[in-house]
Amino acid sequence: MPEAQVAMTVREGTDSARVIDIEGDITAFCEKVMSDAYTEAAQPGTSVIVLNFGGLQYMNSSGIGLLVTILIRAQRAGHRLAAFGLSDHYRQIFSLTRLDEAIGIFDSEQAAIAGR
Amino acid sequence: MNEDPTAAPASRDHDSWAPNIERLSADGGVNVGGRRLTGPQQGFGPMWQKTYKVSIPGVPPERVISEWKANYGSFWPSHSRFNAPVAGIKPGEVGNIQSMQVMSTGIMVLFADDTSFAFMTPEGHPFAGWITFSAYEDEDTVGQVQLVIRPSDPLWDLAFMLGAAKGEDLMWQHTLRSLAAHFGSDAKPETELVKVDRKRLWKNAGNITKNAAIGSAIHLVKAPVRAIRRSQ
Repeated sequence: MPEAQVAMTVREGTDSARVIDIEGDITAFCEKVMSDAYTEAAQPGTSVIVLNFGGLQYMNSSGIGLLVTILIRAQRAGHRLAAFGLSDHYRQIFSLTRLDEAIGIFDSEQAAIAGR
Repeated sequence: MNEDPTAAPASRDHDSWAPNIERLSADGGVNVGGRRLTGPQQGFGPMWQKTYKVSIPGVPPERVISEWKANYGSFWPSHSRFNAPVAGIKPGEVGNIQSMQVMSTGIMVLFADDTSFAFMTPEGHPFAGWITFSAYEDEDTVGQVQLVIRPSDPLWDLAFMLGAAKGEDLMWQHTLRSLAAHFGSDAKPETELVKVDRKRLWKNAGNITKNAAIGSAIHLVKAPVRAIRRSQ
C-alpha cells in the first residue's frame, strides 16, 4: 500500500472540542493516519470533533468513504462532527455526495465548534 | 485572459469530480431519470465497507484503469448488463444497469482519474453509496473494488440478508477475476468485509417508494399502455 501523503495534527479547540488539522491528500492510503487522529481527538470529555480542511490538497472518492467511516465512529460515540476550511470546490463535493447533510460545514473554527 | 491573480489555484482533483447536481437528468432512463444521488447516509440498512482485490503483476496502474474503463461492462457476469455512457466513464456521465433481465437502475460516474474511478447510486438502487475502482502499486499492481454502502430500503435490506449480499460478493469477485484474466493473470481475488455500522436508519425507510425492482415491475406492467399511447 503506498504511503499516505497527509499529516493530521490534533489540537485543543475548547475544553470539549478537538480540532484535527489536515494537510495534504485524503485518499484510501490515509486510513490509518485518519483513524489514529480520530482516536487521539476522541478523548473523554470531548463532545465536538472539528475537521480543518484548510490544508486539503487532493481528495478522491475513497477519501470521501473514509470520512463516512469517521462520521459513523463519531455518531456511535455521541460526538458531533463538524468541518471548516473547505474551498468552494470541496464544498461542492460535500454537497454532491450529500456528506454535508451529515457533517456540519462552517466558515470558521469558532462557528464549527459552536455549531452555528 | 482576466483570471483573478488572487484566486486560489484549482485543486489537482478539480477535473476528476462530477459537477454538483441536485438531480440526475430527466432522460437518464428507468429508475434513474430525475432521481437524487444517494450516499450511505441516505440509505437504510447496516453500513458495509466491502473491499475486493486482485493481483495483476507487471501492468502499470494507469493501464489497468484505462482498460477497465474501456471494457467495464465486459468484466461483469453475464446475468447483468451495464450500458456504459456514450461518452465513456467520465465524471458526471450516467450508466444504465439491467440486472437479471428485469430490473433497471443505474449509476453516475462520481469521480474518474488515471488510477481510479467511482460510481454513486441513485435513489431506488439496491444500495446507497459509492463504489470505487482503483489500481495501485504494492509488491505487484493491485486492482481493487471498494464499496461503502447501505441497502437502500427495507426491501433491499431483506434481500441482502436473504442472499443478495453474497451475490454482490460473487459479482465483484467475478469482475476482478475477469479483469486479471484480461491481463493474463489467473490470480484469485481477496475479499474483506467490514460492517461499519450495525444500525438501520429508520428515518430512511420511506426510500422503498423509489425501489428500483418495484419501479421496474410497474414499468413492465404499464408497457402496453405506453405502446397504445405511442400508436395514437
